[in-house]
Formats: sequence, C-alpha cells, structure tokens
Amino acid sequence: MNIDSIKDGIVIDHIQSGKCMEIYRLLDLEKLDCQIAIIKNALSQKMGRKDIIKIDAAIELDFDLLGYVAPGVTIDIIRGGVLVEKKTPELPEKIVGVICCKNPRCISTTEQELPQVFRLADRERRIYRCFYCESMSK
Amino acid sequence: MKSLIDICDLSREEIDSLLDTANDIIAHPEVYSEKCRGKKLATLFFEPSTRTRLSFEAAMYELGGNVLGFSEAQSSSASKGESVADTARVVSCYADIIAMRHPKEGAPLVASMHASVPIINAGDGGHNHPTQTLADLLTIKREKGGFDGLTLGFCGDLKFGRTVHSLIAAMSRYKDIRVVLISPQELKLPSYVKRDILQKNGIPYTQTTDFESVIDSLDILYMTRVQRERFFSEEEYLRLKDSYILTPEKLRRAKSDLCVMHPLPRVNEISTAIDNDPRACYFKQVLYGKYMRMALILMLLGVN
Ligand SMILES: [Zn+2]
Repeated sequence: MNIDSIKDGIVIDHIQSGKCMEIYRLLDLEKLDCQIAIIKNALSQKMGRKDIIKIDAAIELDFDLLGYVAPGVTIDIIRGGVLVEKKTPELPEKIVGVICCKNPRCISTTEQELPQVFRLADRERRIYRCFYCESMSK
Repeated sequence: MKSLIDICDLSREEIDSLLDTANDIIAHPEVYSEKCRGKKLATLFFEPSTRTRLSFEAAMYELGGNVLGFSEAQSSSASKGESVADTARVVSCYADIIAMRHPKEGAPLVASMHASVPIINAGDGGHNHPTQTLADLLTIKREKGGFDGLTLGFCGDLKFGRTVHSLIAAMSRYKDIRVVLISPQELKLPSYVKRDILQKNGIPYTQTTDFESVIDSLDILYMTRVQRERFFSEEEYLRLKDSYILTPEKLRRAKSDLCVMHPLPRVNEISTAIDNDPRACYFKQVLYGKYMRMALILMLLGVN
C-alpha cells in the first residue's frame, strides 16, 4: 500500500501524538480487513509531532466518538483519489457505551444490559454527566 | 405519557398549575374525594421511607383511589434479582401510576423508560426527590403568597443536600430572588450549582459561615441536617454542629414573618422550643406535601 495515495478511504489527521492506538481500538479498526496505515510521531508544523491513521476503505466512522476522544483531529474523506470532504468532529451531545459511570450508587452499575449513556452538560468545560445519576465523567 | 423524575421535568407553567390545583384541593377537598375512584397507585419502595410512602398513600386515598405496593426490597422480586426495567413492565399491568423509591440513583428514570404508566420518583438515593421540592414550593406560596422578591436562606449541609439544590433550581425561575448560603466551609454549595443555576440565572447570592449575621435579612429559612458522617473528625463535628442549630435566641433577630422550613426528619438542628412559634412551618410543609402529591397524581393521570 502506498500510504500517500489512497483511492477510496479516510485519513484521520492531526491526532495528538501517542493517541493513535487508543483511537484504533475505540473505533474497532482491528475488525477491518482493508489496509490501514498507522503513522506515529509524524512531524507537524502546527503540532510538533502528530499521529495519522489512513484507512484504505470507504467505511462509516463514528464521528461522535472521535469528537469525544480526539477533539481537534481532522478527517479527510477521499474518493477516487480526490479529497472530497474535510471534517472536524465536535463534542457529541450524547455518548453511548464509551464511558462507564464510576458512581457506585448509580443504577447503571447493577441493572442488567443498561447501556452506559453520557450527555454533554457543559460544552465549554467539556463536562459529560451520566444520563442516569448525573455524575460527572472521569 | 408523562413521568416526574426530576423537578426540572416540569415547566414553570406546569408547576404553577400544580400549585393552583393543590390550593383548590385545600379549599374544596370534597370536590376531589372521588376523582380517582377505580384507579390504583403502586408504591414501590425498594428502601424504607415511611414518611414519603404514607404521604403518597394518603394522597391517593383522599382522591378516592386505591393503593398497592411494598415498602422494602426484601419483600419484592428485586431480592430475587429482577431488573428495575422488568419490575416496571410488570407493575404497569396492575397499577395506573407508580411512585418509586430506590437506593440506586437513576432507577426511577430507568423504570420510566419501560413502564406503560406514569412513574413518580419518590427519591432515588441522594439524587432527586422532586415531590419534596413540590411540597417546599407550595409551603412558600401559601406562607408568602408568591415567589417573586424573596430572600431565601439555606442553612446546614448545602453540599450533599439535594433538596436544597432542587429548590434553588425551581426558585431560579422566579423574579428578584436572592439567596443566602449558610454552612460550614466543608459543606458549602457545590460550585457547579452556583455556576449552572445561580450565576446562569443572574441570581445574587452571598455565602457565609455566620448564621447570626444574616438571619435578619431572610424571608425563608430552609434548615437541613448536618450529618456526623460528613465530617473528617468528631472534634470538627462537635465544634461546628451547634453553630447551625436554630434556637429561640437566634430567631429573636429574625423577621416576624420569617418562614422556617425543613425537609424532615430533623435531629437537633431546630430546637423543639421553636415548634410553637408561628414562624415554624415544617409540619405544615408535610401537610402541603400531601396536597401537592394529590395534584401531581391528578395531573399525571390526566384527571380533571
Ligand atoms: Zn451514573
């Protein structure tokens, strides 16, 4: 795979250096059987060093999830070898199944098959609260 | 189908309408005595709270309805490991409305996602207790005639006391409110409540540890329990607990029409010597709680 010439695929650029494997896992990229290039510590004028992930397939990405784990990344959508769209994911209003509630008194710690849901409570401060007990994430 | 999980689920108009209904029930109880004939309220109390359960049951009986339920988790299917979702689905087959108390925060919300009848949160751990806030609002409305322009003092444990946070949130919708926060340093109102409710709504507030310096400015004094287990050391608790006890001496400097409230049960934070003072409103608050629960049941059942 020539990593500079993806025909139909996605480039996740401007990943904070060291974070690419976390994103790789969260996006479940190991499930894909297409070619994937992970570039660590690439030189960047803007960031000093950055990580990049190139995916050689026109898959659907979970932009909400990316916005939560890696705000500031850019996503280049490439079709027929041409950059057709550039996106910057934002903090999602709601995140399902990513953060676990740490409050031992929360119903989500005992109720079977209850999805872990967090809602954005304060965009400026990047605060998420559990949908059930309203505890802050982290 | 609507449920009441958090006091913020209700618009100001809905709260005003509940207050009007409660006032009308107080004025004409006979008009309401058959309104819920043939309807059943299930009280699902996964942890005991006799006071709240009796209030709900009395409310339903006074509307001519019936009550079924349990008052501790041991006697329910929860002790066999049934989920809250399943309990809600099952009880929906038997009752027209459910009042649920649960030690886990968010349990009534989960129930409301699966029940086919309205759910009333009757307290979920230390999280929400919206019918307490409704009782508080009716007390203020009846004792003060309205909400605008009042100075509200909150005293005691303002950090963990969710009834305080909910009442501040509900009161923030009214005009020209001022808030005075009286607590030890350790139990100050959390900064997110100050930021998200007080500052966001432009409500002026002051914080103090000195009860006596502010008592003369208050129209409402909302007392809460200062619990021993909230303190780092026994010494600290003993040093501070008396500063936040309301005594006849402290009350001497208060306004003659002050309204003293408390969500009850009290331990010793209000001296019993005050109980017969006309400014003591905490037992009336219990009675008003029943009327607001009646108004709420009528609203959620869509009975006019
Ligand atoms: Zn939670």
